Amino acid sequence: MAEAPKPKPIDEQVFQHLVQLAALELQADEAEYLRHELNAQLDAIRELEAVRIALDLPITSHGVPYGPAIRPSPRGDQIRPSELADAILAQAPEVMDRYLVVPDLPRIDLE
Amino acid sequence: MTGQICDLPALELVRRLKRGEFSAGEALDSTLARIELVEGRSGSVQNTSADPLDAARVHAYITVTRERARQQARAVDRALASGEDPGPLAGVPLAVKDIFCVAGTPSTAGSRILANFVSPYTATPVARLEAAGALTIGKANLDEFTYGSSNESSAFNPTTRNPWAADRVPGGSSGGSAAAVAAGEATLSLGTDTSGSIRQPAAFCGVVGLKPTYGRVSRYGLIAFASSLDSPGPLARNTTDAALMLGAIAGPDWRDSTAANAPLTDYVAELEAGVQGLRVGLSPDFLRLRTPDAETGELREQGLQPEIEQAVRRVAETLAGLGAEIVEDVPMPSVRFAIPAYFVISRVEAASNLHRYDGVKYGHRAAGPAADLSQLYRRSRGEGFGTQPKLRILMGMYVSGAQYEKRYYEQALRVRTAIRRDFERAFDQEGPARLDALLAPTTPTTAFELGKVYGDSVLMQYADLLTVPANHAGIPALSVPAGLDTSRLPIGVQWMGPDFSEATLLRIGRAYERATADQPWRQIRPAILRELMSA
Repeated sequence: MAEAPKPKPIDEQVFQHLVQLAALELQADEAEYLRHELNAQLDAIRELEAVRIALDLPITSHGVPYGPAIRPSPRGDQIRPSELADAILAQAPEVMDRYLVVPDLPRIDLE
Repeated sequence: MTGQICDLPALELVRRLKRGEFSAGEALDSTLARIELVEGRSGSVQNTSADPLDAARVHAYITVTRERARQQARAVDRALASGEDPGPLAGVPLAVKDIFCVAGTPSTAGSRILANFVSPYTATPVARLEAAGALTIGKANLDEFTYGSSNESSAFNPTTRNPWAADRVPGGSSGGSAAAVAAGEATLSLGTDTSGSIRQPAAFCGVVGLKPTYGRVSRYGLIAFASSLDSPGPLARNTTDAALMLGAIAGPDWRDSTAANAPLTDYVAELEAGVQGLRVGLSPDFLRLRTPDAETGELREQGLQPEIEQAVRRVAETLAGLGAEIVEDVPMPSVRFAIPAYFVISRVEAASNLHRYDGVKYGHRAAGPAADLSQLYRRSRGEGFGTQPKLRILMGMYVSGAQYEKRYYEQALRVRTAIRRDFERAFDQEGPARLDALLAPTTPTTAFELGKVYGDSVLMQYADLLTVPANHAGIPALSVPAGLDTSRLPIGVQWMGPDFSEATLLRIGRAYERATADQPWRQIRPAILRELMSA
């Protein structure tokens, strides 16, 4: 008798939770494809679990270590004038009196 | 060579321009004429149906910025006429990958969500190129938000095609950049490399691509993908031009706190120093690969495309003949885990970076009333993002979840350190290998057919198998053309070196170029050019 396929880690419930966290509205056929690909990627990612690696190996924010000689100094905490405000506002989909317009914030009534 | 200005390498173009052989306006006209001949329809979100002509054109650009380039050309010509120095890149037509903000231009990232975004400011590397006299001729097409290795994920159609074979992908994500440089639609291009996005398309399109050391070039104004890996860099016709361009864009930038204060080098001045005495390594871990089977998805040991391995061996022999010492069997045991680690690190960073697109501040906003702000976000992002950003956000959410963080994210970061240690051992001048550079193929195959891999996100990611280790380690890597396969598709090889060793890599590349300058494959031009220019 053939073995039943192993259940995929990203099932419908997990997927819907991710979609909510990701703030995405998806079409049904698109969702099915995305979930399939996520599980395929996870199969590749799970190879990491087999890597024997010293737990004291340090983790870094990027590959190149920035020693004192090449690390940029922090910028001074100074106010700088910008002439871009109008150009930035011009990119906003909806503006009123130089404020960005959005719908109501979601509300949850606490019991 | 056709004798047309648009086919000249950048350094020669600048020298001849300064000698008064032609004007910057004429250099621009030559490139615009080439665009007219080979480009076809440039990419647009409005193009939803195929046109029979699309299959024989390049489609490297999303936006051609004729007027911007025209004004810049006039400024160069004015400077020349008044005896001023017009800059080291005077009159050089430049394609900017459309992942960089350029003031007053649509800066789209190849995504519907930014299709209507006009940047109010200019990215530092672009500003430096323009200050050096380059003519920004357009914004090149790319995979959406740089997420891909074929350009097929762009929301802007038609897809860029490989000038060497129109049924093949140009590679990605800097596919439009590589195709433009290969087809004479630009002399130089500014790309980005997060897992190979400069080097892989450079290899597929037969041009030079340099991923600088992380932090060598400012990321200010680059639309971020994976902020710990993204490296802007040059795509060029030859190593001299890559050196010239790197010199213009490298260096610290107060606007980017990761732009390193490392000393700058005159990359062009050091180019001709040769390879005598340099130690160049070969590693079996870059020649025997574990890749997914196209049918079953199972990982299995596979060799490279044989012609690519032969090309690597020939390059090593050429360098040995020039006086370099070839060091065989350098162990790089951790690079086999580079793709799984990349799947995790890049997705976590991408998900974080993509949260800023919300339909409120700029970019696409879903039409019609929304019940509340959450619904506006979900609808705007659902409509605006294509498949690849959605996949990256969702996977980033999964692997950074509290219950998986240690198992996946922290483990991936440790693997990144282990890969870095492999390179440190190889380059350690007290160690057994004592390498100046590691030689490897750039890609496992030459350019694949359009539609053949796209859709399988795992197989597509493995196209970066040989390039992503340098991104994890942060080190520089240079890809150069090293021949053609039997289908007349370009083969690329790369050298990787220690941090900030770009000058050495360019020296090696230049020595190889000089030694092979007369080889017959270097005289062959991309098929689209041969066909359209003989018509």
